Amino acid sequence: MKTIQIAGSGCAKCLKLAENAETAARQLGIEFELIKITDINEIVKLGVMMTPAFILDGKVKAIGRVAGVDEIKKWLV
Amino acid sequence: MKTEWKKFALMAVVFIACYFLPVGRPRFDNAVMESLGLVRWYAREHVVYCLIPAFFIAGAIAVFINKSAVLKYLGPKANKPLAYGVASVSGSILAVCSCTVLPLFAGIYRMGAGLGPASAFLYAGPAINVLAIVLTAKVLGLHIGIARAFGAIVFSLAIGLLMHAIFGRKEHEEENVWASTPEKKNSRSLRQNAIYFLVMVGILVFANWGKPVQQTGLWYYIYLAKWLFTGFLALMLAVILVMWFNIKVWKMIFASAPVIILACFMPHEHMFLFGVGIVGFSILTGFDQGECGEWFRAAWDFAKQIMPLLFLGVLFAGLMLGRPGHDGLIPSHWVTVLVGGNSIRANLFASVAGALMYFATLTEVPVLRGLMDGGMGNGPALALLLAGPALSLPSMLVIHSVIGAKRTIVYVLLVSMMAAISGIIYGFISG
Repeated sequence: MKTIQIAGSGCAKCLKLAENAETAARQLGIEFELIKITDINEIVKLGVMMTPAFILDGKVKAIGRVAGVDEIKKWLV
Repeated sequence: MKTEWKKFALMAVVFIACYFLPVGRPRFDNAVMESLGLVRWYAREHVVYCLIPAFFIAGAIAVFINKSAVLKYLGPKANKPLAYGVASVSGSILAVCSCTVLPLFAGIYRMGAGLGPASAFLYAGPAINVLAIVLTAKVLGLHIGIARAFGAIVFSLAIGLLMHAIFGRKEHEEENVWASTPEKKNSRSLRQNAIYFLVMVGILVFANWGKPVQQTGLWYYIYLAKWLFTGFLALMLAVILVMWFNIKVWKMIFASAPVIILACFMPHEHMFLFGVGIVGFSILTGFDQGECGEWFRAAWDFAKQIMPLLFLGVLFAGLMLGRPGHDGLIPSHWVTVLVGGNSIRANLFASVAGALMYFATLTEVPVLRGLMDGGMGNGPALALLLAGPALSLPSMLVIHSVIGAKRTIVYVLLVSMMAAISGIIYGFISG
């Protein structure tokens, strides 16, 4: 069970990242939980300064950019 | 159910607007023509030489510049005077998209260098990103473009220091988790990166070199030779990409051959040649699997994000304000009465209006062009440029949730005052 968190206030890029994350996890067929963090104070508490950010099991993997499906797959494996 | 009602309300509003559409009234018909004329003018004058290269530069900044190096100077252990300086200029690197400004602001305030640098960043960030400066300088004139960047930096320092002076130092008890992702190792040295960016900025500058009024002097000679310079820099960029960015030589020859061959046959069709060059370059980078591909996708993301907004912004500006010498829906003497000249009242009005209005990324530029053609003074124009993108009602709400009501009110007042003051000074200097 992997916990994927997407930090972003809801801009187009954040939605795209969430979509990529979901696609990657489904293609791998793993069990996962996707949480979107939209409150700016919560985002900052994670130490994320630039949205969107990709967080896997509490670890920040990418900040300020939309990670591609293939890149996310590598993290999930 | 609620969303259904919303849709219904929207439909009703659109219906009523269509029902009473004043087609046939001279002022409305004329305004529609004006807005189409303005869109054509932008398409011809500003897209190929200015916007597209600017997208590539913004994309390169997003991909190739190591942001964690900059963020380090705004972190909790930052040297305070240095933090103010970095905060006021780092918007040019960090804030290429307006949606990144607010989280960064919250981060710098909560866990980083504190309220002062955070405020400085918030004020300067939106005004000095590359796309904003390039477009301002191209559409509104070089002077106001420089004044915008310079004013934003100077006044952001003032605002940051004042905010710090008023509210003092607040110790942050929160955990300092200034996260940084493992960045990819940079394969190029700082000098190589600097040359690469200078070459790209050079292409942008020379391709847009305007014809000076006088037919003599250095500026005019540069104007005469501008395509020579542009071509030379394009060649340099090609060499740089092959040498430092692992682009295969045969691919580069393939991409640049059409331009060089066509240039021999029609050396004066500059826009066509430039366009062919961009297409070749886009194919070259777009199909790349490595970092150049990433660069192209970042540039493309900016284009996707900004072009539709800009298109609508230009249509809107044309409809409301018309082209130079023509009226849109709003008569130009209203503009002259409200924001003409350089009075304190006009500057204050422009800065407060700018602070409350929401401008989607870069749309402030065409709107302002319209206002200036309608008689707005240089000073109030700068005041609006400085207050507009930094503040809007939605952004005030977010700022409020981060720093609370009292600080937000002071910040908004400071920004409006500073914008008005810079407007007055600039209006005075530029006559």
